[in-house]
Amino acid sequence: MTGRRMLYAYTWLVIAWLTLPVLIMIAFGFNDTPGRYNQSWDGFTLKWYGRVFELDELTRALVTSLAVATVTMLVAGALGTGIGYALGRYRFRGSGTVNLVMFAAISSPELVMGASLLTLFVSLGVGPGVVTITIAHVMFCISFVAVVVRARVLTLDRSLEEAAADLGANPWTTFWRVTFPIILPAVSSGMLLAFALSIDDFVVTNFTAGTTTTFPLWIWGSTRVGLPPQVNVMGTLIFLVGVAIAVTTSIRSRPARRR
Amino acid sequence: MSQPRIPDPALLRGLTQRRLGRRDALRISGLAALGGALAACGVKGKGSPGASAPAADAVAKFWAGKTSTGKLNFANWPLYMDPAHPELKKFTAATGIEVDYQEVIQEMGPWFAKVQPQLAAGQDIGFDLMVITNSIQFKQFVDSGFLAPLDHGKLPNYAANADAAYKKEAFDPGNVYSVPWTSGMTGIAYDPKKITRPITRLADLWDPAFKGKVGMFSDTQELGNFGMMALGVNPEKSTPDDWKKAAAKLKEQKSGGIIRNYYDQSYIDALGKGEVWITQAWSGDVFQKNVSDGTDFKFVIPEEGGTIWTDNFAIPVTAKNPLDALKLIDFFYQVEIAASLAEYINYVCPVPAARDQIRKDAAAKTGKDKAALEAVADSPLVFPAPADYARLHYYRSFATAAEQQEYQGIFEPIVLG
Amino acid sequence: MLRRRLAPYLLVLPGGLWLLLFFVVPMVTMLSLSLQQGDVVTGYVFTGHWQTYVDAVVNYRTQLVRSLIYGGITTVVLIVLAFPVAYWIAFYGGRRKATYLFLLLLPFFVSFVLRTISWRQILTDEGILLGPLKDAGLLHQEFHVLGTPVAVIGGLVYNFLPFMVLPVYVALERIDPRVVEAARDLYADPATTFRKVIFPLALPGVFAGVLMTFVPASSDYVNSAVLGSSSTTMIGQVIQSQYLTSSNYPTASALSFTLMAVLLIGVFAYARALGTEDVMKVAAR
Repeated sequence: MTGRRMLYAYTWLVIAWLTLPVLIMIAFGFNDTPGRYNQSWDGFTLKWYGRVFELDELTRALVTSLAVATVTMLVAGALGTGIGYALGRYRFRGSGTVNLVMFAAISSPELVMGASLLTLFVSLGVGPGVVTITIAHVMFCISFVAVVVRARVLTLDRSLEEAAADLGANPWTTFWRVTFPIILPAVSSGMLLAFALSIDDFVVTNFTAGTTTTFPLWIWGSTRVGLPPQVNVMGTLIFLVGVAIAVTTSIRSRPARRR
Repeated sequence: MSQPRIPDPALLRGLTQRRLGRRDALRISGLAALGGALAACGVKGKGSPGASAPAADAVAKFWAGKTSTGKLNFANWPLYMDPAHPELKKFTAATGIEVDYQEVIQEMGPWFAKVQPQLAAGQDIGFDLMVITNSIQFKQFVDSGFLAPLDHGKLPNYAANADAAYKKEAFDPGNVYSVPWTSGMTGIAYDPKKITRPITRLADLWDPAFKGKVGMFSDTQELGNFGMMALGVNPEKSTPDDWKKAAAKLKEQKSGGIIRNYYDQSYIDALGKGEVWITQAWSGDVFQKNVSDGTDFKFVIPEEGGTIWTDNFAIPVTAKNPLDALKLIDFFYQVEIAASLAEYINYVCPVPAARDQIRKDAAAKTGKDKAALEAVADSPLVFPAPADYARLHYYRSFATAAEQQEYQGIFEPIVLG
Repeated sequence: MLRRRLAPYLLVLPGGLWLLLFFVVPMVTMLSLSLQQGDVVTGYVFTGHWQTYVDAVVNYRTQLVRSLIYGGITTVVLIVLAFPVAYWIAFYGGRRKATYLFLLLLPFFVSFVLRTISWRQILTDEGILLGPLKDAGLLHQEFHVLGTPVAVIGGLVYNFLPFMVLPVYVALERIDPRVVEAARDLYADPATTFRKVIFPLALPGVFAGVLMTFVPASSDYVNSAVLGSSSTTMIGQVIQSQYLTSSNYPTASALSFTLMAVLLIGVFAYARALGTEDVMKVAAR
């Protein structure tokens, strides 16, 4: 019994440790710092929330990040779903190779992926920018979407599709009316994953960005001389939005599971 | 991280499902062979070393047909202008040209590496004007043909007001591609609250009393220069033999645990946070840090000497608004503007007449402000006298790429150790 | 019927092409570039210069070895740290399992770079943690955590913890409670039950966790750059710097390729070593 209580306390300790930097980040968004940068605690203020979009470069970086993440989510979502569905549904020659490439793409060091893309762009004489960032993000997101979708397709109850076919639906109708709604939760969670991976990516982006700046890149660059409190405010807002999305999706998916 | 932030249990199952076998290894080699056919191409360079002298009509050719667009993107280093950007506001008021000022450069190597692929591809880097140091990368910029030749016909203030010495600097004789933004010295900054004795010598950077609290620059030239000067070698005239000795000296500092880290411009943040107590530093940064954050750091040129460098305005060849950039360059050579900039940033002012202007500005003020401005006018860091220059050393220039690579090869492993 | 046979290929084609062009081909370009010579101004020409690999590995062997050691320590610490958490949630989490998992993932809604910088703010020499201790005279003025291997490994452990907790949790969750009960009846001793039944059953999860943490931890450069110093430089920083500071593409490519080869060989060997019948059986369950 004491062992169990110790485990309980330990788990909460780990959770506290994980959350500490987040709390610090949120707290420093309310710091009434006199200078341009956050260094020590100088009292409470809400002013940075009113001035969150005051730094044009930072705002632009955030917009770039959101745009790249949205495009990545859509493109990687579509391409990844294709692969995931094919792998889960069909047995075909070459499926092993596809699996292997995906495994390699997921387990390769990000640094190496970013670096190799840079060598490709340099060799082709293509200048890095928003387009190359998006290409890179789609590349490393495809596999994640595909793996999530494949897992769902594998557990698909074939009898539902057969029933639809028996009732006279053609394959196309069967897919859109029966199969797709069933795999939709997996597709959307894969797409959310792609969005999250893209908006947070630093390493691959750093190699493929050139002078284009995304939110993580801007933070990285500005931390050299000091981080303005607006970064903490934006970090806090992104955190809250992310948590809100996660909570609503999990609540929405709950009744479905019960059925 | 390219690992998922919200790993889905399905994803984890997917990952744990497969084991790799011999057949997979075969598949990998098959893919590699396929790709091999696609990769025979080399990477094309953009220029040749020593191609610095432009064709006679290069200026006319570049500027033909260029028109003012009313906007301009300016890439500069942090701590190089009053955060309120008063000079840029005056420029916009005077010319109607909007300036987007970004502090995106913190070290020359990363800046060159960042823009090189874009410039080599002939793409706009998003900046029409940048401030670059007369370092290794300056030559790389010029040799690659990445800098627009300046039309001096459109720089009347420069012709009238710039210090004559700047018109014949070795790295860009005749200011073909660049005119100075400002010069500065590399010396030592320290926190007198932590270090009670006065710092005067380079040897203080090797003092075991400051173990783990010493900062040096990660830029190989800055770093190497201090290693050489600590041995009494003039970096400008140094030989590969001197480099090796200097590297040994610097390695001693590192293996002794004296070094905390090697920094780009982030040294100033490290000093502010108490991460370092004493560090290699650029002359004006400390003054601006003291003004903006209320700190009380000191800057000294060590007895053995410091280095002097020049940061220069340059226009990338792919600039979309080069004419507006040229106007801004010339604007900074108006005496009042040059004075106003120097008053805040405390770096060497390329306009000698600005000194009287600063005295005039001081006369119009009272009390502490007046004393501060008078100090700027009298500061050897802003208007060095010939005796001050005698203590300062210049950067070494490298004749060939091989020579430069040898230098990098000697000092890089120290920083990356 | 032809359409049916073509269907999987048509579905795979766009994504597969994307992966081929932007994952497989770049790797080959990188291999090619690592065998080229020249400089960034005049360009690089393929010469098949293998010496670059030798020089790169000789010059940066310390960082390479250090990275593998840091990655290894991180992984071991992660297993030790994550197992009890996953165990508690899986067996005693009850109806709150999802909530606990969510709390563990909460920090990951904050940007990775920002989280790491936040640690820097916490651990800084005169910051909120060390400052008061120094003022109280409990620590020397020179004492610091930042810039030490402890800070770097701490950062790595922090950033990769969920990737160990989750797979272990998934594996533990799958264990049939009746198996554990039966084990208790047979062995009676909880320690033996854990050692002989629970831990072996959790191994596939640990395996997946190691796979998901060792490679990214050893090739990381953000933690070391933000929390470390010149004495904690990892190979990722060297590669980053060769590419993005020195524009020394051949050396950078050679180092990337070496790192990738070392890690992938490690992963393959690891997968094969653990891919024994027993583990397979457990994984198949």
